[in-house]
Amino acid sequence: MQKFDLEAQGLRALNAALHALNGQTNETAWEVVNPKGSHSIAVGLDAPIELTVHGSTGYYCAGMNKQATIRVKGSAGPGLAENMMSGAVIVDGNASQYAGATGRGGLLVIKGDASSRCGVSMKGINIVVHGNIGHMSAFMAQSGNLVVLGDAGDALGDSLYEARLFVRGSVKSLGADCVEKEMRPEHLELLADLLKQGEAEHLAKPEEFKRYGSARNLYNFNIDNASAY
Amino acid sequence: MSDFPHTPPRFSATFTPAVNAEIRRAAASGIYDIRGGGTKRHLPHFDDLLFLGASISRYPLEGYREKCATDVWLGTRHAKKPIHLDIPVTIAGMSFGALSGPAKEALGRGASEAGTSTTTGDGGMTEEERGHSKTLVYQYLPSRYGMNPDDLRRADAIEVVVGQGAKPGGGGMLLGQKISDRVAMMRNLPKGIDQRSACRHPDWTGPDDLEIKINELREITDWEKPIYVKIGGARPYYDTALAIKAGADVVVLDGMQGGTAATQDVFIEHVGMPILACIPQAVKALQDMGMHRKVQLIVSGGIRSGADVAKAMALGADAVAIGTAALIALGDNDPALEEEYQKLGSTAGAYDDWHEGRDPAGITTQDPELYKRFDPVLGGRRLKNYLKVMTLEAQTIARACGKNHLHNLEPEDLCALTMEAAAMARIPLAGTDWYPGKGGGM
Repeated sequence: MQKFDLEAQGLRALNAALHALNGQTNETAWEVVNPKGSHSIAVGLDAPIELTVHGSTGYYCAGMNKQATIRVKGSAGPGLAENMMSGAVIVDGNASQYAGATGRGGLLVIKGDASSRCGVSMKGINIVVHGNIGHMSAFMAQSGNLVVLGDAGDALGDSLYEARLFVRGSVKSLGADCVEKEMRPEHLELLADLLKQGEAEHLAKPEEFKRYGSARNLYNFNIDNASAY
Repeated sequence: MSDFPHTPPRFSATFTPAVNAEIRRAAASGIYDIRGGGTKRHLPHFDDLLFLGASISRYPLEGYREKCATDVWLGTRHAKKPIHLDIPVTIAGMSFGALSGPAKEALGRGASEAGTSTTTGDGGMTEEERGHSKTLVYQYLPSRYGMNPDDLRRADAIEVVVGQGAKPGGGGMLLGQKISDRVAMMRNLPKGIDQRSACRHPDWTGPDDLEIKINELREITDWEKPIYVKIGGARPYYDTALAIKAGADVVVLDGMQGGTAATQDVFIEHVGMPILACIPQAVKALQDMGMHRKVQLIVSGGIRSGADVAKAMALGADAVAIGTAALIALGDNDPALEEEYQKLGSTAGAYDDWHEGRDPAGITTQDPELYKRFDPVLGGRRLKNYLKVMTLEAQTIARACGKNHLHNLEPEDLCALTMEAAAMARIPLAGTDWYPGKGGGM
């Protein structure tokens, strides 16, 4: 186990050490202490390591992650796991705005609540939120899955493309071109797997969720839809 | 029929035939006009400035004999690996998707042969461009199409695009008919649907966030790459100042003459400011913050010749970028293809429906039959020639002004032909020591 005191050793030293692990490494277990809300912790990783951050993080924790599993034993600031490519990020607490933004792969688990724009423009990432999500979540989301065990705020899935949204609680309002869709057996199966991956299978059953997706009415511009823009 | 003479037909200056045609087109189609390119209206431009060659009060250098250097360093503020270019003319960001793969290859070939950089665009990095570009700037765009950390690390510099001169505040739209399998895969979207490029970054909301975002990009790339910030020419003083505050190594300033792959004509023609008006404000922001020449300024928007290059640099830019001119050098809108442009309802020199993907030149298309017509080796050679000519022209002017480096050109080397140009560029009207606003205002 490699232990890194962020306050004493500094962010640059941490990220440089983690980047040096790219490829084959035997140093697969890392702990970061004293994060104290620092920004850009463990960004740009590209190695199959397990890293635990003991405390809360600032902006862009685990940004563009590849391969690594990063656990935050606290809450995360804006832009958590932005543009993640693969691997996993698990946060025990809450996440601020635009968690999982533009993520292209991997798994993001938020065990508390997520704020506004969770999954904005997501492009293949899977996101599981145990609590609630804020307004404009999954705005222009292109692909991937967003699972919310709690409630969703205003304008869920506005201008949605092909991403699938599963919400167990209430949805304050749906955004433009986002509609409720039938939950078919393949979706129940997918959801069961996502709940398991998201360490939430004991918290909810797939049958309790509703599915939302794009009505695909705005995929090609038509003047008769102008009031929707 | 009356014998009295009639008043001859007279067209309105407001409702011109072109305006009326656009009204009829809008009424029939129900959609605004989308097109590529830059503004087509007359604007105060570099042509409204002239150089004051040396005589007695200044001493010229001998053409083709005395050295006039052209190189430029970019990204010297923070980056471990700043960029050194042989010439101060770079290739502006243009997307794969808007342009064909062979066109991107040709840009890489021509720029590398001329000793300068190319830039990716909305759509990600292609092997054609990376493979043929000695120096490649990777655009980090609001859409984040194709964005990945491997390409960030493969790039020589990163350009955070906040705005574009053709559409400050606006996003883009790649219409469905131009979405090939490859473009769809790179952008994580199905084929055939319109692809919107967002007008703002999804994961930051202002200059303080931008500073943190830039630091994240530096951390991901181990502080090696210069970070450019590109802004559309709208409020250049404040936007330049905020980009500097956010930590930019280089500010890229794009005036409203700058082109786009496809956006609304109303946006291209009615939003933003001419590059002539933008440069002095950006330079003032750099000077006020003690950062002129420390944070480099690249300007773009209608750069066509070595004279434009030299004038931009005399006004305080460190380098320029070309987009539309590079496409023309490759063969876009070539009169040799006139018959085919006419079949598309256009004419060589005016074809701008790039979003339709039917470009006979094979440059702004994803149609394999069309882009096979374009030879990237020949195109690259043409671009190299053009870049060399521009550089020679700029050197010729600089020597005449007594300068042994293009960066030594200065505002005192210029005069203005018109009141508008004098006011915008803050260059004295020819024959005077005065320009409108001198002594007051920003």
